[in-house]
Amino acid sequence: MAIEKILKDDASEEKGERARMASFVGAIAITDLVKTTLGPKGMDKILQSTGRGNEVTVTNDGATILKSLHIDNPAAKVLIDISKVQDDEVGDGTTSVVVLAGELLREAEKLVAAKIHPMTIISGYRMAAECARNALLQRVVDNKENAEKFKSDLMKIAMTTLSSKILSQDKEHFAQLAVDAVMRLKGSTNLEAIQIIKKPGGSLKDSFLDEGFILDKKIGLGQPKRIENAKILVANTAMDTDKVKIYGARVCVDSMSKVAEIEGAEKEKMREKVKKILGHGINCFVNRQLIYNFPEELFADAGILAIEHADFDGIERLALVTGGEIASTFDNPESVKLGHCKLIEEIMIGEDKLIHFSGVEMGQACTIVLRGASHHVLDEAERSLHDALCVLSQTVNDTRVLLGGGWPEMVMAKEVDELARKTPGKKSHAIEAFSRALVAIPTIIADNAGLDSADLVAKLRAEHHKEGCNAGIDVISGSVGDMAELGISEAFKVKQAVLLSATEAAEMILRVDEIITCAPRKREDRM
Amino acid sequence: MALAFDEYGRPFIILKEQEQKTRLSGLEAQKANISAGRAVSRILRTSLGPKGMDKMLQSPDGDVTITNDGATILEQMDVDNQIAKLMVELSRSQDYEIGDGTTGVVVMAGALLEQAERLLERGIHPIRIAEGYEMASRIAVEHLERIAQKFDFGPTNIEPLVQTCMTTLSSKIVNRCKRALAEISVKAVLSVADLERKDVNLDLIKVEGKVGGKLEDTELIYGITVDKDMSHPQMPKQIEDAKIAILTCPFEPPKPKTKHKVDIDTVEKFQTLRQQEQKYFDDMVQKCKDVGATLVICQWGFDDEANHLLMHQNLPAVRWVGGVELELIAIATGGRIVPRFQELTPEKLGRAGLVREKSFGTTKDKMLYIEHCANSRAVTIFIRGGNKMMIEETKRSIHDALCVARNLIRNNFIVYGGGAAEISCSIAVEAAADKYPGVEQYAIRAFADALDAVPVALAENSGLQPIETLSAVNSQQIKENNPHFGIDCNDVGTNDMCEQNVFETLIGKQQQILLATQVVKMILKIDDVISPSDY
Repeated sequence: MAIEKILKDDASEEKGERARMASFVGAIAITDLVKTTLGPKGMDKILQSTGRGNEVTVTNDGATILKSLHIDNPAAKVLIDISKVQDDEVGDGTTSVVVLAGELLREAEKLVAAKIHPMTIISGYRMAAECARNALLQRVVDNKENAEKFKSDLMKIAMTTLSSKILSQDKEHFAQLAVDAVMRLKGSTNLEAIQIIKKPGGSLKDSFLDEGFILDKKIGLGQPKRIENAKILVANTAMDTDKVKIYGARVCVDSMSKVAEIEGAEKEKMREKVKKILGHGINCFVNRQLIYNFPEELFADAGILAIEHADFDGIERLALVTGGEIASTFDNPESVKLGHCKLIEEIMIGEDKLIHFSGVEMGQACTIVLRGASHHVLDEAERSLHDALCVLSQTVNDTRVLLGGGWPEMVMAKEVDELARKTPGKKSHAIEAFSRALVAIPTIIADNAGLDSADLVAKLRAEHHKEGCNAGIDVISGSVGDMAELGISEAFKVKQAVLLSATEAAEMILRVDEIITCAPRKREDRM
Repeated sequence: MALAFDEYGRPFIILKEQEQKTRLSGLEAQKANISAGRAVSRILRTSLGPKGMDKMLQSPDGDVTITNDGATILEQMDVDNQIAKLMVELSRSQDYEIGDGTTGVVVMAGALLEQAERLLERGIHPIRIAEGYEMASRIAVEHLERIAQKFDFGPTNIEPLVQTCMTTLSSKIVNRCKRALAEISVKAVLSVADLERKDVNLDLIKVEGKVGGKLEDTELIYGITVDKDMSHPQMPKQIEDAKIAILTCPFEPPKPKTKHKVDIDTVEKFQTLRQQEQKYFDDMVQKCKDVGATLVICQWGFDDEANHLLMHQNLPAVRWVGGVELELIAIATGGRIVPRFQELTPEKLGRAGLVREKSFGTTKDKMLYIEHCANSRAVTIFIRGGNKMMIEETKRSIHDALCVARNLIRNNFIVYGGGAAEISCSIAVEAAADKYPGVEQYAIRAFADALDAVPVALAENSGLQPIETLSAVNSQQIKENNPHFGIDCNDVGTNDMCEQNVFETLIGKQQQILLATQVVKMILKIDDVISPSDY
């Protein structure tokens, strides 16, 4: 009797060497895909969606690229997952984490081919990762105490992050924007408070940070276009037909005159509500929901600026900047906290009219207005800026800073090599392999920049043999340079996350010796 | 075959549409079943032990799971064969009953089947084999009781418990920080355990995971975490000495369940209804305020007006909290779940020392921590990890560790791991076999051989020479009459599991042997398989 079929039809099973090969191939393919985007001279990718309109995205952000891929290989999915997590957790280094994990697997493949058991490789990798982390910890610079220096650190980090993106031409400008925006947050990581408005037109250089708050709305008809010393009531209430919500009530009448009466009563109710709102002594009213013509007219009569249909985030931000509270009932005007700002006016950016609140009380929130030639540029600029903002806000909390440009990798590689020499047994091969995987990152950066990577990395290694060296790859001049002088820095938190999650992912994939793929769920054919 | 003749010699059909069915009977059926069972156990065999490998499973929807938990692997596998399904059930029942050793039980059953096949070829009747296995399993279980050691622990001395949990965790991917996780698990179990009644309600331990950070950041929270935030963005993010009103009624106008309508036909009615509505909202909030609540946790949503009124009255609130979480909060804070505003009284409020909102990462991810509760017996294990699969696997590992700790509290006898218990049982069964006259003797001996399968698999997975290692340990056990010798999987240098601190629970091991024997008996008794053939 032949061996019974155990799994369902269409389900497949890969075992041992084949399973391992499948995951190596998948993971390395993904790595090779994003590899070319690494570093300041990395190239971009065009992504075309399969959805309606075949939208096109041009990006260099690892997480965005990987998110849009349709992958069937399970090991590749693991890599995509770590990239996503990296994006959520620290915001930057999404490409590096995948590349490092891929390189670790590439090295592991060689070791497996040389008949070293995956478990031995894993324990070697673990030791190496721990050692690498300690090496970084010893070399971090913490400028927490010195505000001036810390700010320049932030500036450097922002510039380094931005240098690999589309914004690299104006990186100083944008780095300044990002640092200013993050400093205003005062340690909170709530990036919601930083609003990014994209307006096509002009050039990237025209982008600016606005200290106040810009709401992408129009001012109602016949209402003042400019208010000084505004008192703002931020509300979330129905200003269309204020329905009676109780007891499933409905209107049921027997004559036209009654309808008119009730309509009158409804109007009266609205009028009363508006009156109550006016009772707060305000001159600007912002509502999250629609404002119908009738109340809008009432507001206009009273000379009050009424803004309708501000989205939820807008409301929250506005409440945050003006220091008001979001109100939904209006019976106790004395206890509602109103928001204040010096000046509300309508401004023009490009062709659009926006409402600008300036001189706000609480300076936490701010708005960055991005200008650029096309939507694609703006989208990519927003992603890049988002990366920079994420990294900066994380750095404000964890102020440890490292040098960039392949410097941390070389430092780690050196320490890990030392460890390999001291470790007896097969593990030492794995540790050595880890250091090779680390060196691969500066190699790729150099390759992407069209430099002679073999020569450069060898020089770099020699430089790093000296104590306290700051050497890294200077892509601009194409040589080994002093990273401290060039002002290329990276956040410790990002590097640490890259190191740890890449090792974790590689370990996870290495441990697998069997892949069982279930039959894909049958889709109902609705055609 | 399926054709019979009645008393007049006319044929009649027993099996309908027989030509469309495949049928296996006799030895052939048994062999087919055995090979199916063995195929399942072969899949799990490489996952056994601290050096066991993981399996990657892709679900029908394309999600990837990486695990080495036997029960999870089998559950996610798309098994079609009936006998293979029995093995899946076997692993699941071990999971329900004990929570750990789900891989071991399947490997064991596979080994028993393998031995049975040989005996069948010799012409021994399957029922005799089954009976022999039954006797042997009884001997093994009794022997386990003899070699088991009682071990003492108390709320202050948790070290032995931690050691046992570490044994469980060492075979998982989380073994990098098994020490920390084992401590967390033990502390969690001890804080909910009822040591007098020797009972642990694992429902009180909530295991939550959030992607990000690293495994070392995993923590035990003496309280509850809820994946929600305050209903109004401007409510306070931290409340000390909170008095919590736990509500299952929405802050919305009432909607009577019976069919109804209110007709508005005059202006007066419209006015009164409007006022009523306003009053209703005021009343709701006022009632919460009156009983002295400082935090409202509600199962349902809030109306905008109500939300603002709550904010206005300085009464922070959380909405859309799930039913299970609500119950846990009620248990933890000692409050009562209140279905109606009218029934709110100060006694029904729960108490917590500290309620705070915490945000994670760069996305707007917030969680609510409720800590220092009046009744500290509900705890949460909060897992952090590099990616989603890691978190899921950690959850499963923690579950195993929790179960082990619970089993120890129920029954504090342990046996030694690393295959030591199996080897010792095998020796005992082998010795006992000679005393049985009759054919069963062979079956009992086969059982002893099957018991060796677990240590052999352990040795294989650890890259040791399986037969050499096993025979060395075997002779060592007999020579020194010490059941503590097992397979040295981690290359520590000693075979003594007592020194290596590798323990397993007695009931877990006993259950493994009993369950595996039962399933094998069931499979052996089948001598006819009728299945509809493929179209």
